[in-house]
Amino acid sequence: MTTSAPPRPPQSPDRPKRRRGDRIFAGSATGAGIFILVVLAGVAVFLVAESWPAVVAPAEDVSGGEGLTSYITPLIFGTLLASVIALVIATPLAVAIALFITNYAPRRLAAGLGYVIDLLAAIPSIVYGFWGIFALAPALVPFYAWAERNLGFIPLFAGPASATGRTMLTAGIVLAVMILPIISAISREVFSQAPALHREAALALGATRWEMIRMAVLPYGKSGIIGGAMLGLGRALGETLAIALVLSASGGITFNLISNSNPSTIAANIALQFPESTGLQVNTLIASGLALFVITLAVNMLARWVVTRRADFSGAN
Amino acid sequence: MKGPELKLSTTTRTAAVSAALAGTLALTACGAANERSGTSSEGSGSSAEQLTGDLVGAGSSAQQAAMQAWQAGFNTAQPQVNFSYDPVGSGGGREQFLAGATDFAGSDAALDDEELTEAADRCGASGVFELPNYVSAIAVIYNLEGVDELNLAPATLAGIFTGAITNWDDPAIAADNQGATLPDQAITPVHRADDSGTTTNFTDYLSQAAPEVWTSEPDGEWPLPGGEAGNQTSGVVAAVTAGNGAIGYADESQAGDLGVARIRVGTEFVAPTPEAAATVVANSPTIAGRGEHDLAVEVNRATTSADEYPIVLVSYHIGCVEYDDQAKADAVEAFIGHVISEEGQQAAADAAGSSPITDDARSKAETVVEAITAAA
Repeated sequence: MTTSAPPRPPQSPDRPKRRRGDRIFAGSATGAGIFILVVLAGVAVFLVAESWPAVVAPAEDVSGGEGLTSYITPLIFGTLLASVIALVIATPLAVAIALFITNYAPRRLAAGLGYVIDLLAAIPSIVYGFWGIFALAPALVPFYAWAERNLGFIPLFAGPASATGRTMLTAGIVLAVMILPIISAISREVFSQAPALHREAALALGATRWEMIRMAVLPYGKSGIIGGAMLGLGRALGETLAIALVLSASGGITFNLISNSNPSTIAANIALQFPESTGLQVNTLIASGLALFVITLAVNMLARWVVTRRADFSGAN
Repeated sequence: MKGPELKLSTTTRTAAVSAALAGTLALTACGAANERSGTSSEGSGSSAEQLTGDLVGAGSSAQQAAMQAWQAGFNTAQPQVNFSYDPVGSGGGREQFLAGATDFAGSDAALDDEELTEAADRCGASGVFELPNYVSAIAVIYNLEGVDELNLAPATLAGIFTGAITNWDDPAIAADNQGATLPDQAITPVHRADDSGTTTNFTDYLSQAAPEVWTSEPDGEWPLPGGEAGNQTSGVVAAVTAGNGAIGYADESQAGDLGVARIRVGTEFVAPTPEAAATVVANSPTIAGRGEHDLAVEVNRATTSADEYPIVLVSYHIGCVEYDDQAKADAVEAFIGHVISEEGQQAAADAAGSSPITDDARSKAETVVEAITAAA
């Protein structure tokens, strides 16, 4: 832009001239990228700094009187247990929904069904909490009583069955419904991108529709399913209000899913205890928040790793 | 008219709404107010001098509904005072007050010794006042098909909540309910999941009235494992309503259609009533070794008088006896004066279902309110 000379051909086709618009865009995009890292680092620094007093405090001063580790361990356990239940229930269901929408449903029904599933993601979590406590929990009471009588030999259903239904299993089911749209949306997206040539080839070789899905769609979509599941897990780990409402959190570490004594989850515990907390109690809660932060980070990194590893085997390349 | 009104600040709008509300309240309370116009209750008569300035409080969320009623009544008499109350929770309220961020605190617990030391820095030599102005009965609520009346001795109640008594047909419960038929039904005790003043008072009752069964220290966080946990009062009520055989504790005004147990006091079984709740607080000794204006009470949970219901939540107003400036002192004096007045207590009872304090307690509180001054 320095001279008024007639336009010349670029010196090299590899190095296009950088215009101002390009530079501004590149700069702001880089800035946004750096900004998110700064925010993340800021949150991490805040969590570490604020939880430090609880880490160094003598054990008897920490809430519960037995030290930070024994305060946080049941919470971590509860968080993971609820999330794993949710994942175990939601993932197969979400994949089935996505397959139905992309491969089985008539086109018009598929679009409508897709919208409805996506709508689930727009419902505020407190509404799920209300649904869980007033509709789902009472409805599950007879099932829990039945499970205690007939499946009591399995530690998961050891009982005594809750009379209100506000159990770890109920909380897991509520979470499953909440993360269902995330997993199914991503799976659907990936399945619909499965190469048409692969699918047609499979069908042409005489595969049934299920065989076609197994050979052409699922291998291609595997990394997408895992990615979606990890995103869902992220939401399940951090879910607060629904758990605080639904789960009867009054016990230590237990795999018993149908009793009223359950470990709380980190996020729900913070929400419940924070309003009346002062001083060291707040530091303790923030320390538990730090633990959740680390877990979430680990889950996301694990998901990244799994996705990149799986990419080699998918039909994408 | 609409335009400028929309631009008013939130506080002003709140004040306008409260003033409108207060108008309605004042109409209903008119008779009482006229009779009392000659008495000492500052801030309630229209003849009181008009104060200005800000009055900022924070603390107990249990007081929130009552506080709105008090604010409405107070702003009718003192429309120029900009009043605000932030229900951040008792702990937060005490912290903010001691840090000097607020003028007074609402708290479900009196200051502890450490906080009293801090209070000396905050308020100077004359110290703090602590007034038990919000008293509310905690009802033991239950849901048991076919049982409309339930009597419980303190030891039985403690046994249920520790998990020692697990079935409604337990002999201990039968002994409290002579002649009643109790079903063979598992008990689901429901407690608060969150840290709460209601739990502090309930566990304090259990540890005083049934020390041999309930061995845990009083605590805002439920100290024992097991049992069902509900989030806030509404969560406990919801859990008790949902579970046949469930029993829990909640503010008496929130019991709704649930059964309310009568608790043995001395030799009789007493139901939670506002009068019985206020009486036990009025007859309880103040905590020894505190300032002249510190009326923090040690609620006598082990009372044997059948006029008293010992499971009560006592919530305080905590402020300085001496403020730095006159306007602040006047505002606090006028506000607390309104709170303890008969109209103030009745307004809180209507709005929050609390128990109006007794006349005896009122006259003690009035002495304290009159002592609030500004530093020379």
